[in-house]
Amino acid sequence: MAADVSARTARIALFVGLAVLVAAPFIGLYPVFMMKALCFAIFACAFNLLLGFTGLLSFGHAAFFGASAYATGWLMRSAGLSPELGVLAGVAASALLGLVVGLVAIRRQGIYFAMITLALAQMIYFVWLQAPFTGGEDGLQGVPRGRLLGLLPLTSDVALYYVVAAVFVGTFLLIMRIVHSPFGQVLKAIRENEARAISLGYDVDRYKLLAFVLSAALAGLGGSMKALVLGFATLSDAHWSLSGEVILMSLLGGLGTFAGPVIGAFTIIGLQDYLADRAGSWVTVIIGVIFVICVVAFRRGFVGELLAWQQRRANYTAAHSVSKDKGP
Amino acid sequence: MDIFGIPLQAFLGQLLLGLVNGSFYAMLSLGLAVIFGLLGIVNFAHGALYMIGAYVGFVALDRFGLNYWFALILAPLVVGALGVVIERTLLRRLYGVDPIYGLLLTFGLALIAEGVFRYWFDVSGQSYPVPDLLQGATNLGFMVLPNYRAWVVVASLVVCLGTWFVIERTRLGATLRAGTENPRLVQAFGINVPLMVMLTYAGGAGLAALAGVLAAPIIQVTPLMGSNLIIIVFAVVVIGGMGSILGSILTGLGLGLIEGLTKVFYPEASNVVVFVIMVIVLMFRPAGLFGKER
Amino acid sequence: MKLKTLVPACALALASLAVVPAAQAQISGDTIKIGFITDLSGLYADIDGPAGAEAIRMAIADLGGAVAGKKVELLVADHQNKPDVAASKAREWFDQQGMDMLIGGTNSGTGLAMAKVALEKKKPYISVGAGSSALTNDQCTPYTIHYAYDTVALAKGTAPAVVKSGGKSWYFLTADYAFGTALQADATTAVTKAGGSVVGSVRAPLSASDFSSFLLQAQGSKAQILGLANAGGDTINSVKAANEFGLTKTMKLAGLLMFINDVHSLGLKATQGMYLTDSWYWNQNAETRAWSKRFFDKFKRMPSSLQAADYSAAQFYLAAVKAVNTDDGDKVMEQMRKSKVNDMYAKNGYIRADGSMIHDMYLMQVKTPETSTTPWDYYNIVATTKGEDAFLTKEESKCPLWK
Repeated sequence: MAADVSARTARIALFVGLAVLVAAPFIGLYPVFMMKALCFAIFACAFNLLLGFTGLLSFGHAAFFGASAYATGWLMRSAGLSPELGVLAGVAASALLGLVVGLVAIRRQGIYFAMITLALAQMIYFVWLQAPFTGGEDGLQGVPRGRLLGLLPLTSDVALYYVVAAVFVGTFLLIMRIVHSPFGQVLKAIRENEARAISLGYDVDRYKLLAFVLSAALAGLGGSMKALVLGFATLSDAHWSLSGEVILMSLLGGLGTFAGPVIGAFTIIGLQDYLADRAGSWVTVIIGVIFVICVVAFRRGFVGELLAWQQRRANYTAAHSVSKDKGP
Repeated sequence: MDIFGIPLQAFLGQLLLGLVNGSFYAMLSLGLAVIFGLLGIVNFAHGALYMIGAYVGFVALDRFGLNYWFALILAPLVVGALGVVIERTLLRRLYGVDPIYGLLLTFGLALIAEGVFRYWFDVSGQSYPVPDLLQGATNLGFMVLPNYRAWVVVASLVVCLGTWFVIERTRLGATLRAGTENPRLVQAFGINVPLMVMLTYAGGAGLAALAGVLAAPIIQVTPLMGSNLIIIVFAVVVIGGMGSILGSILTGLGLGLIEGLTKVFYPEASNVVVFVIMVIVLMFRPAGLFGKER
Repeated sequence: MKLKTLVPACALALASLAVVPAAQAQISGDTIKIGFITDLSGLYADIDGPAGAEAIRMAIADLGGAVAGKKVELLVADHQNKPDVAASKAREWFDQQGMDMLIGGTNSGTGLAMAKVALEKKKPYISVGAGSSALTNDQCTPYTIHYAYDTVALAKGTAPAVVKSGGKSWYFLTADYAFGTALQADATTAVTKAGGSVVGSVRAPLSASDFSSFLLQAQGSKAQILGLANAGGDTINSVKAANEFGLTKTMKLAGLLMFINDVHSLGLKATQGMYLTDSWYWNQNAETRAWSKRFFDKFKRMPSSLQAADYSAAQFYLAAVKAVNTDDGDKVMEQMRKSKVNDMYAKNGYIRADGSMIHDMYLMQVKTPETSTTPWDYYNIVATTKGEDAFLTKEESKCPLWK
């Protein structure tokens, strides 16, 4: 009974959420902000796939976000590629980078894995800093929006918004599919107890590598879209502080949940945006405070805490309905 | 006489400068190694503690007229006390949880510290004068070395070796090491393990603060000085072996030298060479050059 | 599909969307909105920053707070030295707040990004703080005005004068990023043109905390002049270290980008004798002194050339608005191109086809501690470069608008 109610409210909530997404430009939400937040939401979901579902903490994930932003930006600006090809190229670039980084880093676990990803990300950052095509500190400017499939011009913010929203929904569903597939189950097993997964005969390294590459590719999708939306790619897209922020987005929203990273991304991007013209230097402090609070008292994040509360309620109801049945 | 195309004099000069930087790396990575080796916490806030130490020195001079020598003692005490507060209120709740959370917590603390100090002080930095006793420079023939930098090398080496000695060779150190390996047993012996842990974190913080005061006359005292340095210091600790005190000291010095040489031959890469080495070392010796895997 | 997971998820998604500032688009029917996006809290906060915003407010207040019957409003934001933030804020203000004109602050990356947004929205953009000459060179637009200075003007101001005064051989210490490299390139051209030579250079990573090793290499080169192609904290650190290592005894320092706040930070003892080029100095004449005193009363420090330029640019724009009695972007741009800048900042300044505001640049030399009589009395004006000679020439320019 409780499960039915919850499934129904879930479906309603899902449709309402989608409705808001579809109607956003018409209910007064600023499309460019929404698009930016959706790009980072894609990034956070991709990161969550690696940390929340596979249990691997990558401290250099911004490297993939930045790589595809630069790749897409440069190809679209210099080679005049249409947006879907540009984005695909960007995703391919991040996937490739993810493969290289993954091959090196997967050999070690835990803190060492995190440190290797950080070191490799710094090296990649250095490459972006030096390479002339990125424009260094000035950034890669003037990325055109182009025409989707050569037909639909994306210069209108609203048109691009729907494209971005569609990509976001697609990514979200893809991640759900991955997690619920047999492959995803193995990933969860690895997160819970890697030694046992090995003893059951799974080639754990291959699974971890594949998860890493997938996560990198999807992170790249976020980066490519962002370059398209804002029209530039800069060093901030590959800086280690962004790697820290995406960890926070996932943590705040709820690791290992689906909607958690989305909520975390919207919250952090919204906060940064809101504070930029009010209290610039406090942004860092507030982000730091949120980090501390999350780690100490809010480790399950928004969605995680809500699910736990729901579970407690369900248990309570179940216990009480059982005792009622036991009556005369 | 030329070595690799640069005159011997210049070469020696760069090596010496590298040694100066290396002694900073050694001191900072020492604090980090102590905290990780004994407490299992990856203290991302180490750079922030270093920065706060430098500011304590600056404020002591600027507001209260307390000179450098006072600061050398005051800063570690103040920051050590801060470390006690951090450990008691925050870190204590994370023992037994995945160590990644400790890393994230200290990362958050570093952000808070940087933001707050950016608000209080100028980002472009404050000047801190070299103490009178150590002013001037000595002409070594192949280069002119400011006396202060020579002092920094000597002081850091003394502190590093002193700390190593205490931890590895004294009874107190042995108790500390035992306490982190098997806290229950040590506690059964009547030793107050939580107190020890707290003091260890405070000690590591104090070391960072001391490095901050030593650094103040050389580089600008800015809120960003910690975050600029923390990633490199991490790399040093990881290369040296995250549990090994001696490893951090030797690696810090060694990396300072290598960085110094890189500045001569390929200066643009001097920021990155440490990471390249870190990746190579981690691939073949994951526990670091001198470490034992935890 | 685990709907149970989505329940609170979507509900919260809705809630969080409500948190998002959902501002309706506003058209500035009755207000003239000027936006100012700069580094308010970072590395360059002193030379422009919040004091720059105040200078613009002074400019608006001095005109009575209203022009052509409409109230004038100022929007201020901190771009935190991130081009993303700058461009996003600029775009948001153009779209949602009906901003009429954007003034760009420090940091070339943000300056270039904002120029692109202003071009897209067809609104005037006056870049004051950014130094990159690309703003009026290969990235020039019909809506960009580069008001205060650029890397070419700095190089052309300092290099020839230093060479003429005997500094023939140069060694560059360059910050390894686009701005530093551009500065070095422009200065090299100027040095060789003036008859000097560049014997070597070294590129230090941006925000390197320790320049000792690079300075050692500079000393080894035996050049007469050490050209500092860096800015902000890097300049301060390199000057400090140069003094420490006794470099100033054998070489003279030329700061290619220095502001009065940097000199103040370092002190006269460390900077005496240094050459630098700037567009304005508070102690130039009675007019500049009068305005600077007002600034000093508010901030307890003297204004930098950028803060003076912020004031001047705001008034220049508002004067154009008054003349054409509208805040329409194209009409005001056209008017500004026809007008002259004549105030305490510049005399007979005008906007060139490529967007540069042509005005005189001054070569300054930092005074010795003994000759400085009052606080902030730091410079001697050694030479004046006429506006036409100070900036990029037509032959050198790649701007398609200026052919």
